[in-house]
Amino acid sequence: MILTVDTLTKRFEMHVLDGATVVGLDGVSVNVRDGEFLAVVGPSGSGKSSLLKCLYQTYEVSSGSIRYHPADVDLATCDDRTIMRLRGSEIGYTSQFLDEIPRVSAVDVVARPLVESGMPAESARERARDLLSELGLPGPLFEAYPATFSGGERQRVNLAQALAPRPRLLLLDEPTSALDPETRRLAVDLIRADLGPETTVVGVFHNHEMVEALADRVLVLGDGRRRDLLPVAEFEGVVA
Amino acid sequence: MTVLSGTGLTRLYGDPCGDCESLTGDDAGRNRCPACGTIVACADVSLDIERGEVLGVVGESGSGKSSLAELLALERGEGHSRGSVRFDGYEGNLLESDYDTRTRLRNDDLALVHQHIRDGLTLSFSGGGNVAEKPLAAGERSFEAVRERVRSLFEQLEVPVDRMDDPAETYSGGMQRRVQLARALVTDPAVVVLDEPTTGLDVSVQARVLDTFRRVQRERGVAAVVVSHDLGVVRLLADRTLVMRHGRVVERGLTDRILEDPHHAYTQQLINSTL
Repeated sequence: MILTVDTLTKRFEMHVLDGATVVGLDGVSVNVRDGEFLAVVGPSGSGKSSLLKCLYQTYEVSSGSIRYHPADVDLATCDDRTIMRLRGSEIGYTSQFLDEIPRVSAVDVVARPLVESGMPAESARERARDLLSELGLPGPLFEAYPATFSGGERQRVNLAQALAPRPRLLLLDEPTSALDPETRRLAVDLIRADLGPETTVVGVFHNHEMVEALADRVLVLGDGRRRDLLPVAEFEGVVA
Repeated sequence: MTVLSGTGLTRLYGDPCGDCESLTGDDAGRNRCPACGTIVACADVSLDIERGEVLGVVGESGSGKSSLAELLALERGEGHSRGSVRFDGYEGNLLESDYDTRTRLRNDDLALVHQHIRDGLTLSFSGGGNVAEKPLAAGERSFEAVRERVRSLFEQLEVPVDRMDDPAETYSGGMQRRVQLARALVTDPAVVVLDEPTTGLDVSVQARVLDTFRRVQRERGVAAVVVSHDLGVVRLLADRTLVMRHGRVVERGLTDRILEDPHHAYTQQLINSTL
C-alpha cells in the first residue's frame, strides 16, 4: 500500500457568494496499492481533480486523512516543508495544461525538473529528447518555445515533463485530453514502457481506451462521493 | 535548516498611543490608528526561511509588505520597529545589533534588491563596477579575482559581458535589473530580499528576468524573500507565500495552495482580480 485515503472531504467557502460552501469531495476513502495504476473516472464536477489536488496538497483538506506510507506521514496535516520535500523527490503532479515559462525551449521545459533534482544538464536533456520523440513531437520543435505550439503539442511537452523524473507517486489530471487518437496510442505505449513497477499512478481520464489500456483498477466518483472501485476488467462504460 | 527568522515584527510610523495595534488590522479594516493617527505598517509578523527556500509576500500597496522586507533586510527606516530578526551564524536579535554587525551581515550574507533601480545602482558607474564595489568593500583585495567573479555572474544572469565597462545608465531596464541581481549575489549571500523585482520592466522582459533569477537562485542554493503585489511573480518564484493586508498576515501556505485554494476573503478577491 502506498496511500490510504480515509473519509476525505473538501469544502470550498466562497466569500464572493457570501460564504456559501461548495462541496468538492464528500467522505471519499480508497487504498492505493504500491505500483498500481489507479484510474479516476466520473462526470465533470464529480471531484476527480479535487481528489488529485488534495493528494498533492494544492487543496487543503477540510477533513479526513491521506496516509502516505513511504514517508509515514498524513499529507492532509503534515507541514508545508514536508510537502515541498516530497514534491521535490517523489510525488509528481501534472494538469492538462502546460505551465510553461516564456522563452524556454521544449527540451528545457521537460529537462528542468531533472536538472533541479540534480541530474547533469546533458543527461537530462537527452532523457527529455527521448521522451518527446516517443510522443511523436516533431524534431524541429524540440528547441522551439512551447508558447507557439498547438494544444496537442503542448500537451505532449507537459506529459513528457511529468514522466521525466519517474516519481514514486505520479498524479496525472487528464494529461491526454488534447491528443488525437494516434498520439494517445503513443502516450499509452510510452507510459507503459517507461514507468516501471516502482511508480504508482493515480490518473484522471475521460477517455475509455486510455483507462482500459493503462489502469489496473478504476475509482468511480459522482457528486464528490465514491461510487465504485473495481478492477479494470469489470469496468464497462460507467463514465459519462 | 533555518537561515533567517523574524518574530513579532512590527513597524509603526507616528507617535503611538498604545492602542494602535488593537485598533488596526484585518478585522478593523484599516492600518491607521483612529485614536492617534499612527500608521501600523506591519504588526506581529513571524516567519522563517530555510536554506535555498523562496518565500513570497503578496499584498496591495500599503499592506505592509515593503516595511516587512525592510525589517528583514535590516534597513534602518523611519518609525518605531519591534520584534526580532535572527540570522544563522549571528548572535541575538539583529534589529538591536550594532552598526558593525549589520554591515558585516549585509556585506557578506544578506542582500536587498531595491524596488527602484536608482536606489540600488549608481547609474553613472559601469555595470561591472557596480557589482565589483561590493566584494571590494567587503575586503576582497584581488581586483582580477573580483573582475572574474563579476564576469561569470554576468554570464549566468545573461548580461552581455562586453558591456560590463559601459555606464549602467546606457543599459536597458532589464539589463539594469540583472546587474542589480548580480550585485546582490556577488558575495554569495545566504538570503536575498527582492522588493517588487518587476518594477519598471516590460511584461516581455519580466518573465525572463524572473526565470533567470530562479535558475541562478537554485543553482546557488540561496534563499530569497520576494515581495510583490503581483501574484504572477510569486507563482513563478515562491515555494511558500504570505498574504498581507492592513499590516497583518491574513493567510500563508504553499504558493500553489494560496493561488488555487485561497481561504481568506481578501486572498479570494486578490486572485479573482488577476488579469
